[in-house]
Amino acid sequence: MFVALRDLRHARGRFALMLVVIALIAFLVAFLSSLTAGLARESTSAVTDLPVDHLAFAMPEADDDPDFTASTVTSAQRDAWSAAAGVEGAELLGVATTRAQSAATTAAVTAFGVEPRSTLVPADTPAPITGTATVSRGAADGLSVAVGDTVSLGGHDLQIGTVLDVDASYAHTPVVWVALADWQTIGGRTPASDEGQTATVVAVTGDVDDDTLHRTDAGAGTTTLGVGEARAAISSFSSENGSLVTMQAFLIGISALVVGAFYTVWTISRFGDIAVLKALGASTRYLLRDAIGQAFLVLVIGVGLGTGVAAAGATFLAGAVPVVVTATTTLLPGAALVALGLVGAVLAVARITTIDPHAALAAR
Amino acid sequence: MDLHLDAITLVYPDGDSTLTAVEDLDLSIPSGTTTALLGPSGSGKSSLLAVAGGLTRPTAGTVRIGQDVVFHPATTVAAATRARLGRIGIVFQSPQLLGSLTALEQLELHAHLRGDRPAGLRARALDLLAEVGMSDHAHKRPAQLSGGQRQRVAIARALIGAPQVLLVDEPTSALDHARGTQVIDLITRLARELDAATLVVSHDSSTLDSVDRTVRMLDGRLEEASRSAVGT
Repeated sequence: MFVALRDLRHARGRFALMLVVIALIAFLVAFLSSLTAGLARESTSAVTDLPVDHLAFAMPEADDDPDFTASTVTSAQRDAWSAAAGVEGAELLGVATTRAQSAATTAAVTAFGVEPRSTLVPADTPAPITGTATVSRGAADGLSVAVGDTVSLGGHDLQIGTVLDVDASYAHTPVVWVALADWQTIGGRTPASDEGQTATVVAVTGDVDDDTLHRTDAGAGTTTLGVGEARAAISSFSSENGSLVTMQAFLIGISALVVGAFYTVWTISRFGDIAVLKALGASTRYLLRDAIGQAFLVLVIGVGLGTGVAAAGATFLAGAVPVVVTATTTLLPGAALVALGLVGAVLAVARITTIDPHAALAAR
Repeated sequence: MDLHLDAITLVYPDGDSTLTAVEDLDLSIPSGTTTALLGPSGSGKSSLLAVAGGLTRPTAGTVRIGQDVVFHPATTVAAATRARLGRIGIVFQSPQLLGSLTALEQLELHAHLRGDRPAGLRARALDLLAEVGMSDHAHKRPAQLSGGQRQRVAIARALIGAPQVLLVDEPTSALDHARGTQVIDLITRLARELDAATLVVSHDSSTLDSVDRTVRMLDGRLEEASRSAVGT
């Protein structure tokens, strides 16, 4: 790095420009990654935080992909899951996004219908009894309601029994927990006389092996996903997350191209110096190590700066913007930027191997 | 150690045909002496110097330092690089200093290329800069030096590794007569002090009073008078 470090110092304007470009891209990638995670959480936290292991969907057609909007399960399917080997608990969970109206305002919320004695309400809170609702802090704030107030969900009046200080959202709407009987009215899912109760999914708890999962799915006519995989069954999440992740991938790819283009031009401008270095006895390995080391240093500093500023900014804006700042949303994309940037740099400086030391004899 | 160019031939591809730049040439330069190689443009001087420095593989013949064959038609790039780094110093037509390095760093670079600690080389680098009259400019970059000063730093750089062979390509081409003579005198004196076999390619015989011998090239061969002069 003897020559590389001195080149950095000598051509500080050019490298400062490159650092700024890399830092800006790193800032965009890290902020976008934090925003993607934040939006994903806002879209799915009520599902991913469920204290269960699997969700069983029953789609209108057997080969349809699981989807919360189209799935309808029955008591019989719940009972089939309850009887499966390894299952510790299986209960019905209704999910329906609807309009909520309080005395002060209206807002979109998602009603989670739970059975009596359900364990699905967060913070070990007892399941709401018929005619009452347990609301998340987001729903209470959005509707300007408190315990004892009345709220109308889909035209069905419920009294607020509990306000939970939890972050529970579904498809960017806050969650309201209601009794399953109320949910069936709110969601327009009144069961037929021979169905028993109906809901959206069966929430399954227990260490169930793959073989049992497949067998029970086949017998009950359900499709089961892990609770993490069930995010994909929220249609708004899939399209939104896919778009944002694609944008990140493009930014990281663009970064590699920018770094590669910079080092292509930089290497071409150094052809004379490299020929002289070879003529003086510099091995190709030494020259490659010097150039790649320099690229690594520039990338690490640029990515570090951009990622640091993005993390600080996202943390500062966390109350106003749905962002999640973790190692996964900052360090991981940063590492990807450095890795792909290095690939671009390596491809660019590889032409060092072709430079002929004989060129050093030409006058400059 | 002496430098021996034995039966050197160098043929370049030239379109559909070939161009013979050097043809069956023998030349020996004893250690501690300076031989000037004169000749018109296109006579093959720089091609011969490139072969002597391992910058180009000869089509036929060998380059020896003492009894060691260092370059031959099958020499690998890596072997040629190692030989240059360990045994040969080169001064180019233009100084070819690296723009980002100070005069002192141009010399310390040699230690880095060898994988040594530069601190061990610093005293010798400063001595060499003093030898070429550049002590006061050790911490200046090439852009802060005159053409003659840059050439002096280039000479010091070529000598920092205590080479057994010093190859100098047209060192006076950008200098006036007085400065050109000073540079040749400096090279000749340092080559003698360091016991290096030195080959200076030049087009200007008027600056070569201090060299030990002069040979002339024409059309890729040494002229007959030159052969007898160098006793090859």
